[in-house]
Amino acid sequence: MSPRARSIVRRLFQAIPVIIAMSIFVFLMIHLVPGDPVQTMLGFRATPENVATVRAQLGLDQPLLTQYLTWAGNALHGNFGQDFISHAPVSTLLAQRLPVTIELTLLSMTLAVLVGVPLGVRAAAKPGAVRNATEGFVVAGIAITDFWLGIMLVLLFAGIWQVLPPSGYVPFLQDPVQNLRYMALPVLALAFGEAAYILRTTRGAMEEVLGTHYVLFLRAKGVRERRVVYRHALRNAAPPIVTVIGIQFGVLLGGAIVIESLFALPGVGRLIVTSIQQRNYVVVQGGVLVVAILFILVTLVTDLIVGWLDPRTEDGDAT
Amino acid sequence: MSVAVVAAGGKPRAVWRRGILASRKGRWGFAILTILALVALFAPWLAPHDPNAIVASRILAPPDLAHPFGSDALGRDVLSRVIFAYRVSLAVAVGSTLVAFLVGVPLGLYAGYRGGWVDTAIMRPIDMVLALPAMLLAVALIAIIGPGSNIATLAIAVIYMPILARVVRSSTLVVVSQTYIEAARARGTRTRSIITRHVLPNAIGPAIVQATILMGFAIQIEAALSFLGLGVQPPTSSLGSMLADGRDVLTQAPWVEVFPGLAIAITVLAFNFFGDGLRARLDPKGVTE
Repeated sequence: MSPRARSIVRRLFQAIPVIIAMSIFVFLMIHLVPGDPVQTMLGFRATPENVATVRAQLGLDQPLLTQYLTWAGNALHGNFGQDFISHAPVSTLLAQRLPVTIELTLLSMTLAVLVGVPLGVRAAAKPGAVRNATEGFVVAGIAITDFWLGIMLVLLFAGIWQVLPPSGYVPFLQDPVQNLRYMALPVLALAFGEAAYILRTTRGAMEEVLGTHYVLFLRAKGVRERRVVYRHALRNAAPPIVTVIGIQFGVLLGGAIVIESLFALPGVGRLIVTSIQQRNYVVVQGGVLVVAILFILVTLVTDLIVGWLDPRTEDGDAT
Repeated sequence: MSVAVVAAGGKPRAVWRRGILASRKGRWGFAILTILALVALFAPWLAPHDPNAIVASRILAPPDLAHPFGSDALGRDVLSRVIFAYRVSLAVAVGSTLVAFLVGVPLGLYAGYRGGWVDTAIMRPIDMVLALPAMLLAVALIAIIGPGSNIATLAIAVIYMPILARVVRSSTLVVVSQTYIEAARARGTRTRSIITRHVLPNAIGPAIVQATILMGFAIQIEAALSFLGLGVQPPTSSLGSMLADGRDVLTQAPWVEVFPGLAIAITVLAFNFFGDGLRARLDPKGVTE
């Protein structure tokens, strides 16, 4: 096996213990609930027979290890148990809601990258007015909370100008234009802070590369500035930028929990929050598990891309 | 390293004068934080009205001189409510970061100093926590234990502890490789004494910087959790639960939503600026982000 293939395989295997540990945490969630989780779920008017039935249904009367293995085995086959309230399989709920969260996250990240990277490159390449302007953006991006920005956007676009709907959702396949109209404000709210963060990272990485000797040499050699910046410098500044974009996916998935609730988007985040309020632990478990696995996979892919961009970091430690 | 030594044991006043207050950002951060801390501390004296007094005649009344931030859907004074809510939010932010600091710093310190299997045993689980989205982790913890301000504090502490442990570990690794540690070992100084008297003072700087900045972001996390109804519970209000309450009257009374958000933004900025000011002094090598 080539060293590259070996490092990829090693990185894949590194993800396994993380996924297992995370699955144990999610599994234990229901057991860590203070008191009797089944009693809590069913409410205090539930009869002891009811509690016993649900307990057996959930397998909570089995030894802990057996329970975990059964649960994890089922989860591996896409079976996350059954929702208590609607009696639908949790996997069906997740399958309905995951696309919404993924669309929100992908659109936000795409927008943030399209704004953050070019502005960061320009700020590094042309210090002065451009850099000062980006500094204001970075500061605003740090200070302004995503969901408060969302509220303010609703106030402006839905309240005062009435050009976009304040909340709600239409599936993309049903009506693409309406779908994007509903997505516009949540995506803006999530992308703003991310764009600022990506901008800052890009600017920092580019400033470092543009200060190196080989850039000085390229300029002395008479290579055109555009080519120096975009072909040579950006390429070498890419690994930290890609790493940050990958890490920020997790932040976006977390932020999606709040933004989905604010804009009434039927995503996994909102499902988790409403299920917590209903003490619907089985659904919470499924939602947390899926989002966490999604995040671990994104981190994995990021590491592989960074390793490919910069072979010196074959072990995946980009920074 | 000499810089950090001064920070730890030498002349604290010089640290302030030449470090934090030397930068404009640091001065601004310090000034704003002082004001905000005083506001939180003296809330009952500063609030112009009773934050819970329901005044029917002032329902959704816009800002005026007596009520600079206007009134909410129950006619309560928004400025007074922001001041009291701020107190709650700041308590959660400071409390959570402090807990994370007190747990994370010893762990990182010990892992970095001992190395080997101790390091692995401490840091592996910590890295596992870092491998999950922070907000998801907080929400999951609250799902288990139930909502409340203490639980929100705990959840934020759980998110922050690994970050601080990592920062301390990496600065400890740098310190441990220094000759003065080697000298202390050669002299036969006890391990405990080396860690507390020599490593800790020199390795703690970056963690203080990081904790300062994290404290600001804790205000944001608390607000998000309380906004979702998972943090501070009624009748107590935090900035996040105020934002949740005001949503229904957003278009009629935007002031109910604008001011708590501004309070969050200003706090985050102040902690950030102050952290930047501290960094010049406590983390000259830039271990923290």
